[in-house]
Amino acid sequence: MKPYTMDFDVKARDFSSAGESSSKFRKTLLMLSIPSDIVRRASIAAYEAEMNIVIHSYGGKMHFEIYKDKIVIVAEDTGPGIKDLELAMKEGYSTAPKEVIEMGFGAGMGLPNMKRNADTMEIVNHDESGTKIVMTINF
Amino acid sequence: MYFHSVTLDRDRCKGCTNCIKRCPTEAIRVRDGKAKIIKEKCIDCGECVRVCPYHAKVVVTDDIGMMENYKYRIALPAPSLYGQFKDMTIGDILASLQSCGFDEVFEVAYAADIVSYITRNIVKAKDYKRPIISSACPAIVRLIQQRFPSLMDNILDIMPPVEVAGKIARDEAKKKTGLKDEEIGVFFVSPCAAKVTSVKNPIGIEKSYIDGVFSMRDVYSMILDKRKFAEKKIEHTSSMIGVGWANAGGESYGTSLENCLFVDGIQNVIGVLEDIELGKLDDIDFFEGLACVGGCVGGPLTVANNFIARNRIMKLKEKLNKDVSVKKYIAVDFHEFMLNVKLKKSDVLNLDEDIDKAIDMMKSIDEIYKSLPGLDCGSCGSPGCRALAEDVVKGFASEYDCIFKLKDRIKILAEEINKLSIKIPPVIGSDKEVKP
Repeated sequence: MKPYTMDFDVKARDFSSAGESSSKFRKTLLMLSIPSDIVRRASIAAYEAEMNIVIHSYGGKMHFEIYKDKIVIVAEDTGPGIKDLELAMKEGYSTAPKEVIEMGFGAGMGLPNMKRNADTMEIVNHDESGTKIVMTINF
Repeated sequence: MYFHSVTLDRDRCKGCTNCIKRCPTEAIRVRDGKAKIIKEKCIDCGECVRVCPYHAKVVVTDDIGMMENYKYRIALPAPSLYGQFKDMTIGDILASLQSCGFDEVFEVAYAADIVSYITRNIVKAKDYKRPIISSACPAIVRLIQQRFPSLMDNILDIMPPVEVAGKIARDEAKKKTGLKDEEIGVFFVSPCAAKVTSVKNPIGIEKSYIDGVFSMRDVYSMILDKRKFAEKKIEHTSSMIGVGWANAGGESYGTSLENCLFVDGIQNVIGVLEDIELGKLDDIDFFEGLACVGGCVGGPLTVANNFIARNRIMKLKEKLNKDVSVKKYIAVDFHEFMLNVKLKKSDVLNLDEDIDKAIDMMKSIDEIYKSLPGLDCGSCGSPGCRALAEDVVKGFASEYDCIFKLKDRIKILAEEINKLSIKIPPVIGSDKEVKP
């Protein structure tokens, strides 16, 4: 069966509407009878990915696929990529600019949180042309 | 079985769209020119009561006359009652209230002192998920059951003050009078609809300790009438903490926890609960969410302007003791005041239990939604275009309930009729040649 899909554009540095796509995704999961702990994990993974696009990229897209037994979250942006992946995966390491951190974002928990909440997380590419992350949550 | 205190007075309802647009759980539709509350979705927050310009939303409370059925009557005034009157001390208010036909008045504010005391002790001992979420506002607990089921484990499992008050007052009265349970009537003077519902449909306990709930509005005028005739002043027992529960933030203050967050107004609470679910507020110890702006002083059954009432509570608090002795009523492990029925999540948002079917329905909803104008005007009787699309797929509405879609359809039909009307029947005349 074909999955239910949702697509959203995410603007860079648009903090006023940041998190909107994750919020809509979350509500959809509830309506689709997805178990509440999965809803929570998927929402966190989606939110962190969306915020990463807002904070670090030149803009991008969120794509969601909801199947009977799994959820796939794809976050794709147009650059500038992740310079040091190993460092980026460390909790608390952040390359967010000072003004973003002052707003309470960019605490260096994005990628670690995504990894913790997703069953699989694959960083497909992360060069200057952009970053693409694919996460799966099974249930 | 659902019982709701928020109901509709059909005669007053004009079928306008004020309530459907403000309901935080999209629980109202307009059908046949009248609002209809979907009982499974309603959390009795009272928003519709507040916004209805025709006062067609009515909170069903018990009739004061029901007191006659009991030999011994106890009134439980909510702390918010103290903010309703100008120039009346708490003692005056309690004495006037007692003169309304009660044998005894037991302050819910004092029970709030007890709940604060238990909270302070229990959060140290037990390993709660952070943030701990207050269970005091029943509308918020119901909201969590419906929209944030993953946060149910964060809910503080202590009974709300009104039930603590009901239990203590009833037990004491039994001891004092020797009367049976059914001869003692315990009546709550409530500022809100959600608390009326939670007495009839308890959350987290088997059965409520309260027999009847009176609207603060009804009791308000009685208190004013009796004001001059109140026999003697009653010494009130509650502290500034207990009385403070009337205002948003009062409960948080009573916890003595360092990192508390209190949010009032149901839409604001929804936003913060989303953040809590995302793990953004894990550094907060205690979250107090209140459906009404200002907290209980802003309840839909109150009389005074909630900002003025809030100010009065602040002033009353200044004159009170900071602490009060509560230990005489509670056992070491507080078990008698703990919730003992597990909260259940509500499945009312689910389109279908079968995920595949739900996905199919969601795809149809998207299709229909795309074809709607997106004005969210409410003329169809649903709160917005998305909700109409959902209603259509669930079989509760038709696409042509949308007046814009209907108008388009009529336009196409009219053009078709116009085209047909130009055509002349061949017997009158035709430019077409007759082929042999």
